[in-house]
Amino acid sequence: MSVSVRIPTILRTYTDGAAEVNGEGETLRDVLQKLDADFPGIGARILDESGKIRRFVNVYVGDEDVRFADNLDTATPSGVQVSIIPAVAGG
Amino acid sequence: MALATTENTITTSDRADGARDRRFGPAMALSCRECGARYDLGPSFACNECFGPLEIAYDFGRVTRERIAEGPTNIWRYRSLLPVPEDVASKPNMAPGWTKLVNAGNLARELGIRSLHVKDDSGNPTHSFKDRVVAIAVEAARNFGFHTLSCSSTGNLAGAVTAAAARAGLDACVFIPSDLEQAKIVMASVYGGRLIGIEGTYDDVNRFCSELIGDELGDQWGFVNVNLRPYYAEGSKTLAYEIAEQLGWRIPDQIVIPVASGSQLTKIDKGFKELIALGLVEDRPYKIFAAQAEGCSPVSAAYKAGHDVIRPVKPDTIAKSLAIGNPADGPYVLDIARRTGGAVEDVTDAEIVDAIRLLARTEGIFAETAGGVVVGVLRKLVASGTLDPDAETVVLNTGDGLKTLDAVAAEARPTAVIRPSLDAFRAAIA
Repeated sequence: MSVSVRIPTILRTYTDGAAEVNGEGETLRDVLQKLDADFPGIGARILDESGKIRRFVNVYVGDEDVRFADNLDTATPSGVQVSIIPAVAGG
Repeated sequence: MALATTENTITTSDRADGARDRRFGPAMALSCRECGARYDLGPSFACNECFGPLEIAYDFGRVTRERIAEGPTNIWRYRSLLPVPEDVASKPNMAPGWTKLVNAGNLARELGIRSLHVKDDSGNPTHSFKDRVVAIAVEAARNFGFHTLSCSSTGNLAGAVTAAAARAGLDACVFIPSDLEQAKIVMASVYGGRLIGIEGTYDDVNRFCSELIGDELGDQWGFVNVNLRPYYAEGSKTLAYEIAEQLGWRIPDQIVIPVASGSQLTKIDKGFKELIALGLVEDRPYKIFAAQAEGCSPVSAAYKAGHDVIRPVKPDTIAKSLAIGNPADGPYVLDIARRTGGAVEDVTDAEIVDAIRLLARTEGIFAETAGGVVVGVLRKLVASGTLDPDAETVVLNTGDGLKTLDAVAAEARPTAVIRPSLDAFRAAIA
């Protein structure tokens, strides 16, 4: 399934400055795997050594924080936007 | 589990400071709280290696009680411990802080506590503790040449930012959930600047602002609680410094602190640790207790379950200023509560309202809902025996009740409405 992936500023060194790139996959896990294949090294910034999403990273599929959905198994239907955002909160 | 990297962030050499950027006072670098990686002082908030939050690392040099006491009766008294220049007090800013530490004898008696003080931050310029953190962020914004201040806010911060921008001669554009209490909307819009209501929760607003920073629309803006967060967050340390100084240079045995993102609690702990490291107070143990509303209590839930990982929640509570379902500093709050022998507890909305009335009735302090959460949790902790009634206790009221009138408005009415006659009055009070 073809999706778009929003890249946070910190990770744009991997994507040659691109803020949004094309992605591919049935689930978030697939999308991130393909992302790492296209932009080597980016995967290790998002996932820790045990393959889980790093604590201080929030990933959204559409409007849903995947921690409220199925984490890496969250489905990524065609046309959806995947957003990777550093976790900062407080106001 | 995360290391506590605060130990990495304090050096106290006596050397003359030729190498530092004096615009940031004693601050030397940004340091990752998770992995310890260091970066130059800039508008960065997340570690390039692990996305962990960045905080300020200092070389304080020698700081004495006398030097602090020579300073003004506001947060700039502690400028030697903050990432601001030596002449910060002479610049146009709101000069917050040095709020009253109220000896709450009546409330203490009612709850069966020997010694209780309320640190009442409703006394700040925009009537919440946010003025402290914003003041530090304004200095950072000035240093980085940002002309627009911005934030994502549950209300108090938007007011503090727009007011501070007005005083500092900067523009402002602030973002809030569109269903915020009317009082907070008034207080955020009256100071000028743009106020944007986002249709969603506070977490949605936060996410939106993170995206805005990464876009050319917002990348030259000073988002006080996003790209300026490491500077902003340091302002909460002034609560620790003031409480200690106002108690006669002593850290209280126990302190109850409200938790939204958890930043305030972690910085109060950092402030206490700095005072100890600098020899400004005696090195004695203290217990930190975290207070949440049951309708948004992800940290409390994790604490009670003995977990290290926080599961995010969707907030549903009248305590909107604490309605952060995904608290970035939550894990650090767990560490601190456990390390100090404190606890994390939560109270229902009904208990919050009752506690607001209790504090008002016993001490004449009208707290916003976050203050009600703290007093409600205090009462619960005493009742359960978790909090020692004989130990010196301080609780925080972080904002004025006028900001959350909705919480108590429903039951507010005159005791009686009578004709102007003595007989009618006698009948009414009989």
